[in-house]
Amino acid sequence: MIETSINVLLSVANLRKWFELRKGIFGKALYVKAVDDVSFKLNKGEAVSLVGESGSGKTTLGKTILGLYKPTSGEIIFDGKELWNSKSNDLMHYHQETGLVQQDPFGALPPFMSIQRVLTEPLAVHKIRSSSEKNERVHKALEEVRLTPVDDFVNKYPHMLSGGQQQRLVIARAMILDPKMIIADEPVSMLDASVRIEILTLLKDLQDKHDLSVVYITHDLSTTRYFSEWIFIMYAGKIVEKARTKELLRNSLHPYTQALLKTIPDPDPDNRFKPRDIPPGEPPNLVNPPEGCRFHPRCIYAMAGMCNQKEPPEFEVEKDHFASCWLYG
Amino acid sequence: MNSSLLDVKDLYLYFRTKRGPVKAVDGISFRINRGDTLALIGESGCGKSSLAKAIIRLLPTNIDTYKGHVYLDGKDIMQLDESKFGKLVRWVKISMVTQAAQNSLNPVIKVGQQVAEPLMIHEQLDKKTALNKAKETLSLVGISKAFADRYPFELSGGMRQRAIIAMALTTNPELVVLDEPTSALDVLTQAGIMNLLKRIRKSLNLSFILITHDIALSSELADKVAVMYAGQIVEFDDADRFYRSASHPYSAKLMTSVPTLRTDKKLEFIRGLPPSLINPPATCRFAPRCPYKHGRCSEDPPSFSLRSDQRIKCWLYSVEGVD
Repeated sequence: MIETSINVLLSVANLRKWFELRKGIFGKALYVKAVDDVSFKLNKGEAVSLVGESGSGKTTLGKTILGLYKPTSGEIIFDGKELWNSKSNDLMHYHQETGLVQQDPFGALPPFMSIQRVLTEPLAVHKIRSSSEKNERVHKALEEVRLTPVDDFVNKYPHMLSGGQQQRLVIARAMILDPKMIIADEPVSMLDASVRIEILTLLKDLQDKHDLSVVYITHDLSTTRYFSEWIFIMYAGKIVEKARTKELLRNSLHPYTQALLKTIPDPDPDNRFKPRDIPPGEPPNLVNPPEGCRFHPRCIYAMAGMCNQKEPPEFEVEKDHFASCWLYG
Repeated sequence: MNSSLLDVKDLYLYFRTKRGPVKAVDGISFRINRGDTLALIGESGCGKSSLAKAIIRLLPTNIDTYKGHVYLDGKDIMQLDESKFGKLVRWVKISMVTQAAQNSLNPVIKVGQQVAEPLMIHEQLDKKTALNKAKETLSLVGISKAFADRYPFELSGGMRQRAIIAMALTTNPELVVLDEPTSALDVLTQAGIMNLLKRIRKSLNLSFILITHDIALSSELADKVAVMYAGQIVEFDDADRFYRSASHPYSAKLMTSVPTLRTDKKLEFIRGLPPSLINPPATCRFAPRCPYKHGRCSEDPPSFSLRSDQRIKCWLYSVEGVD
């Protein structure tokens, strides 16, 4: 059991989610180690950005935290209760306290359901049957995401909304059961620049107003600066660096984070004259990740005999700033 | 370096629909010099891709209006009939990398053959010569020649995108249209492709039209910037000026919504939605969302030139000033 303070809403310890690729009856079983030994804590009312490239396991981690996947091993403690513990296995209650905002709003909304139905569905699932309460909740949720005047919207269908409005509806659906935590999986990557900021600002307002905890899964580091208190960097199924947002952007420690930061442009006309430094190679296959540190084949600081043999543990290099790298061992 | 390569004058492209014509490209004019890259930015649905398709004439069947002038090396290619256009322009002088192209490779044909195909069609090369030349182009974009004999599924997303770029380069065009060339790729892969584009445009003295909604990314290549809004170009400017201070109220608002990684700024978004391209208003199309809206804006503004390489479609920049 890991210690939890009053402020911590979610605490994850040594979480693994391996997907079976081949059964091990004759020969070796093969697994895709999508999430491999991940630990972190999320405080009440705080937002964390989970940043990584596609295939780094960030979506799997999000779904495992939501209880949509059963972890291979490890602990998830939410609000003091251990999830998947046989004695207190109350997934239904857990799903009521957590919400998911998907990446593609159009794909996440059933085209044949009116907005009213999209929003009452979760209420029906969670046995809220009184129609006055249902209506009240639908109105409140739509007002929260500023799809107003509400009466103009409730009878519309998803295709009648713009991309930004659709995403606000998805957020309303995630919020309708009054959750304590929201996981937003690339909530704005399909949207235009201005609409992105609109949606992220809305999420931030909801976070502040309801003391929500938010896990913001993204590959876009530039928005994290404005919308989260913490950044966790994922690489090949592991969290390699954790720190408060400003600290991580100012003083990144892990060579992968440093490489990532160098490749992201800010709008600047001088960019066109400068090639960017990129680490060689590509992220490893998660069936057979490299021995030792998973980033060592691409790392400019790799130390032979160390990084290619022993997996680095997490070092707290500075207060609240963790990096899994032998440079700090 | 300063000679004009592409000169577009009053280009229109309307699509026919049941509810009336969609004015996707509505009277657009701009010029690109040889060796320059133009970044075409704007929200989705503003007509960026339609403009590209109008230039390279890759059109669907429901065309309502398609008119105007496109001068390439001084010659109006709009006057060419379809077969001449295919022989003289498309993929010979102007080629294109379409959106999400890395998934458009034929899965059952080897990569090298697909890259060689334009050469066999447009330069009538035999298969062996074409394949050899394709291999050279592949190594130019950073794919080793051995990969020519592989199938698309054996390549990573970034390598497939490089192969697609090779396909656009193999006939030695003068202008390549890049429609969201990296939108489906990861940050590091995207940076790799941008490095590649920076390198080849220098070594081949190529011109690009880079279509993107990612403004930070557009600054990786742009010499000139054109901002599109509701089927029209509202600002055309030099990159050095544009990224430091955009002039048109729409561009300026758009820039405030671009997050920066290295400096703090106050992010803002533009309220409201762009107008429908079916029957857009006869006023300035941005007026309903514009913070500087005034009486004059009920009239569609022309483009005002403050400098030779700058044009802004907004009454704030009229010579008489705001009344």
